[in-house]
Amino acid sequence: MASSGETHHGRIQFLLGGTVVAVDATDPTRTVLAYLREELGRPGTKEGCAEGDCGACTVVIGELCEGQVKLKPVNSCIQFLPTLDGKALFTVEDLRQKNGNLHPVQKALVECHGSQCGFCTPGFVMSMWSLYLEFTVGGTDRSRPDESEIRRALTGNLCRCTGYRPIIEAGKKMFDFAEVGFDRDALLRNLLALRRNTTLDIEYNGHHFFAPRSLPELLQLRAVHPGAVILAGSTDIGLWVNKQFRDLGDIIHIGAVEELKTITATATTLTVGAGVSLADAYEALKHSYPEMNEMWDRFASPPIRNAGTLGGNIANGSPIGDSMPALIAVGASVTLASVAGTRALALEDLYIAYMKNAIAPDEVLTTVDIPLPQTAMRFRNYKVSKRFDSDISAVCAAFVITLDGERIIDSRVAFGGMAATPRRAAFTEAALNGKRWDEATARVAMCALAGDYSPLADMRASREYRLTTAQNLMYRFYLETRPVAPLPAASVSVFA
Amino acid sequence: MTETAHESAHLHVSGEAIYVDDIAELRGTLHAALGLSERAHARIKSIDLSAVRAAHGVVAVLTARDIPGRNDCGPILHDDPILAADLVQYIGQPVFAVVAETMIEARKAARLARIEYDELPAVLSPLVAADQQSFVLPPIHRVRGEPVAALAVAPRRLKGTFSVGGQEQFYLEGQISYAIPKENLGMHVWCSTQHPTEMQHMVAHALNLQSNQVVVEVRRMGGGFGGKESQSALFACVAAIAAGQLNRPVKLRLDRDDDMMITGKRHCFHYEYEVGFDNSGLICAAKIEMVMRAGFSADLSGPVAARALCHVDNAYYLSDVEVRAMAARTNTQSNTAFRGFGGPQGAIVIENIVDNIARELGKDPLDVRKLNFYGNGKTRPECNITHYGMTVEDNVIHELVDELEASSQYRQRRDAVRAFNATSPVLKKGLALTPVKFGISFNMVHYNQAGALVHVYTDGSVLVNHGGTEMGQGLNTKVAQVVATELGISISQVRCTATDTSKVANTSATAASTGSDLNGKAAQDAARQIKVRLAHLAASTFGGRSGDVLFINDSVTANAHTLPFAEMVQRGNLARVQLWSDGFYATPKLHWDRATLTGRPFLYFAYGAAVSEVVVDTLTGEWKLLRADLLHDAGNSLNPAIDKGQVEGAFIQGMGWLTTEELWWDESGKLMTHAPSTYKIPSVNDCPPDFRTALFKNANVEDTIHRSKAVGEPPLLLAFSVFFAIRDAVASVDDYRFNPPLNAPATGEAIMLAVDAVRAQAQANA
Repeated sequence: MASSGETHHGRIQFLLGGTVVAVDATDPTRTVLAYLREELGRPGTKEGCAEGDCGACTVVIGELCEGQVKLKPVNSCIQFLPTLDGKALFTVEDLRQKNGNLHPVQKALVECHGSQCGFCTPGFVMSMWSLYLEFTVGGTDRSRPDESEIRRALTGNLCRCTGYRPIIEAGKKMFDFAEVGFDRDALLRNLLALRRNTTLDIEYNGHHFFAPRSLPELLQLRAVHPGAVILAGSTDIGLWVNKQFRDLGDIIHIGAVEELKTITATATTLTVGAGVSLADAYEALKHSYPEMNEMWDRFASPPIRNAGTLGGNIANGSPIGDSMPALIAVGASVTLASVAGTRALALEDLYIAYMKNAIAPDEVLTTVDIPLPQTAMRFRNYKVSKRFDSDISAVCAAFVITLDGERIIDSRVAFGGMAATPRRAAFTEAALNGKRWDEATARVAMCALAGDYSPLADMRASREYRLTTAQNLMYRFYLETRPVAPLPAASVSVFA
Repeated sequence: MTETAHESAHLHVSGEAIYVDDIAELRGTLHAALGLSERAHARIKSIDLSAVRAAHGVVAVLTARDIPGRNDCGPILHDDPILAADLVQYIGQPVFAVVAETMIEARKAARLARIEYDELPAVLSPLVAADQQSFVLPPIHRVRGEPVAALAVAPRRLKGTFSVGGQEQFYLEGQISYAIPKENLGMHVWCSTQHPTEMQHMVAHALNLQSNQVVVEVRRMGGGFGGKESQSALFACVAAIAAGQLNRPVKLRLDRDDDMMITGKRHCFHYEYEVGFDNSGLICAAKIEMVMRAGFSADLSGPVAARALCHVDNAYYLSDVEVRAMAARTNTQSNTAFRGFGGPQGAIVIENIVDNIARELGKDPLDVRKLNFYGNGKTRPECNITHYGMTVEDNVIHELVDELEASSQYRQRRDAVRAFNATSPVLKKGLALTPVKFGISFNMVHYNQAGALVHVYTDGSVLVNHGGTEMGQGLNTKVAQVVATELGISISQVRCTATDTSKVANTSATAASTGSDLNGKAAQDAARQIKVRLAHLAASTFGGRSGDVLFINDSVTANAHTLPFAEMVQRGNLARVQLWSDGFYATPKLHWDRATLTGRPFLYFAYGAAVSEVVVDTLTGEWKLLRADLLHDAGNSLNPAIDKGQVEGAFIQGMGWLTTEELWWDESGKLMTHAPSTYKIPSVNDCPPDFRTALFKNANVEDTIHRSKAVGEPPLLLAFSVFFAIRDAVASVDDYRFNPPLNAPATGEAIMLAVDAVRAQAQANA
């Protein structure tokens, strides 16, 4: 049972198996996975890649979200231990029922022959358990997911043995057994008891890990520690530690700043706080911008989208970040805040050079402000990568045109993977603006792309393929949006 | 037999299955990490490890000089240093080992070395190496008939090149060894390996010990796929050397990136071929040259080349044929075993050739495939003899393909695909049916042996130990089933234990799909001996003949007396009957002449076929597998559920090899696809929405364990159907008139290149 023990400013407390685990004086970049395996004697959770790509380390995190318990799978290999503070951690060891019987998720996997070598299995179990909870105690109006939802829940888990068919089957079969409940109310009480009202401040080897609770505290800390690393979901920063052995120095974690976890909507704009997860941002945007849904489904995986934030994806500014082309194309901007005040910046102006942005050392990106769609606007967002699920784009494209009859009165074209930053295509837009939206215009715009971008060759694609694909995606956009006889998505995309 | 669940399934799903890294660490355990070469080919001018030694937590740093015995872990030739001494031969080659209190400290420290190199010319392309005649082993060459003359008179001829990429095994559990020094100069190594005996030998050689001082143990692997056959040795040796020197337990667990940078993969192949055929599509002659990327050392490239050479026929009779296989030396990872072991690379080239012939003649590729199958033309008995002289005695490819052609509605779907393509400007569908014939047994005759121990305890419970290793394929489940069946007891009464070189000695690798063939037979032999002894006792106790004693339903019946198996066992114990036994099996009929490359390298063949239907986007090269129908011959399956799992898993893995999995080295020779972020194995949505798998009813004509057939590797070749379906879709861009120059892996980019080439050819011919 959780005790309502004193919260100590440098002590991490989290729930595991119904009891509070307290951790003092630990390396704040130690991962949840390492702690589970090395200190807590829970080796069921595995390391397959230490970069959040294979899912063998998947665990479920329970946390408070607007007074409710929220349960979500994340990759424990790139979650730092202090980010667990005030949360509940569930691992594969928690699933057997009190009488020792396997949980329906586990039983279904056994009966469907869903494990072979078994090393990826605990991760699959946790992703499936999360899905199971969603459709049992989670308040979903349907009693079971359809196959595409099962698949979507598993895109973050790699299996090298089975070919996935029996695992998908298990995802269906797990709902055939007598339902095993989950006491959300007890978890809510326990999480409330762990709630911390002041900044978590862990000092370790002369550096601090701060997790402020409010925006003013965050900005104050930022002003004092302009060199500190801003940590949100750690889906990229986790790799700095695991793969590059970077010493992060001071860290300011924004995951507990309440103001940054909100999404607000006006008649014209959706404002997404920098601490909002990619998954929640997807949820908020999917009705306004269904054109982005395929990109969202292919944006990493559920565990990454649950941990990673939209603000983090944008602030990180990778040239292959998937959210930016679409957001630039629809005219999104960001808000940067410091103790001195706030300023808004068009998203395309945030990026200066490769992995360099316009955020001042004392500033923090606080919101992403996305205008809601206009009626005359035609928008498409395309991602091309070697693999459908959870791959990094070779090319990510976003096209917006506004038509007046058959004439283009405005256009915004942005690409990822084509330059050192996510960037608009000025020549291409010029080739589109004011023209009739016809084959000839599309062909001219395709040529103009070669003037806008001179992409790199790397392991994902050659320069030529990137450019040709960018041009062909422009053509696909034309086929889908031309005023005369537009083609349905299913005629131009194998994934539609 | 039955669809018993994997013996560890309940442990897998609960996280209770213990892999090497999950073993509770012994007091004083240290952790090792490797320092890797940063040059593809260079002499080490100087090496400064002072910063490594000074790093926090570091206990020791080891170089080649610290190896007490032989600095080699090559499985066949002695050209694989454990730690590079003065010459580095690829980027990623281990040069030194750091031992520290924690893994993270060891890994951090390993980055602090300062190594100065004198660079040497690096050969990064196997074709360049072949031009320079630089091979890790002499090329092998086999001629049957008069290919040159037959080519000259062939009514039609085609020449071409083709290539397939390599493939990372991507076992989910990375390489790991945990070495514990024992009393009296002993060494115990927990190692994730498919070949405990070879690990025992390598560790003994590296430490200057005898085999009886080294024990290697493995309960299970988190996947192997060939990658833990020979290449677990380096890590076993480093852990054991460090443990020996420091007299403390040492664990070496590789991070994924290090694993992929260090270890070898499936060989990529480049082919040049010329084929002669008649106007019906019947092949009269073929010349095939294969250059494979061996990497910097021989490793298993020799036997991989031999298996490739023995599979260039796939299911087809090649009357006059010349085949050459060359293992090119490159300054890259030393390529090794990977499910299929050269077989897939051998077989796919003839599939490509047959595909070309069909399009050249405007025929459906399936018709040309069928025309060339072994066993066609009853007037030519020789058309059942392979180019290496083995007679195909168990051919079922005709019946199997006929069954699949009907069940998959191949012909109707062919029409539907053509109709779709005629009206779809951007998306094109493709369909292909490809066959598989795969030889079962190690080409190396003496590897085809196995041993087992069966212990019957006085409570009637049974413990089995055998020389095979469990890597997820369900070997332990099948062996337990065999023993349970033999003794007439429930599977719940039989428990398999960790593979351990101190139990069954001198074992072969669990490889070449032979695990259950060999170890199942050996365990059956052991169980049978115990059964015979108990039957004698039963007959002498209750009367009747011992041969009539029945072991069934957990009981023993002799002369109308039935008693529980456990009670019979207790009687056996009181009567001083030996209740445990060893068992042994050596595969019969095998012979292989390595000089002439002829003989009977295989006891039998496993067969299969698959139909795949894809849709390809001709603007981006994106594609999707819409439906796959697999029909595979597992003989009298020991466990249809497990075998179906092997078939489906191999198919998807093979599809990854031929499509999304691309190994990419930069111009310095550095592998840039060394983690799942950059190297893309199939994921859940790559599993087709319509996936139909069936086992072909076909008892093995050879006396294998319960007349089953090996199933690990052969179904990997079923994925050819995906590749050729993509090729079919690309060919449709110009009404199937040209052979698309599509190489594997068929990434989106490769597909677009092929689409563009077909369009260019169409324009040139317009």
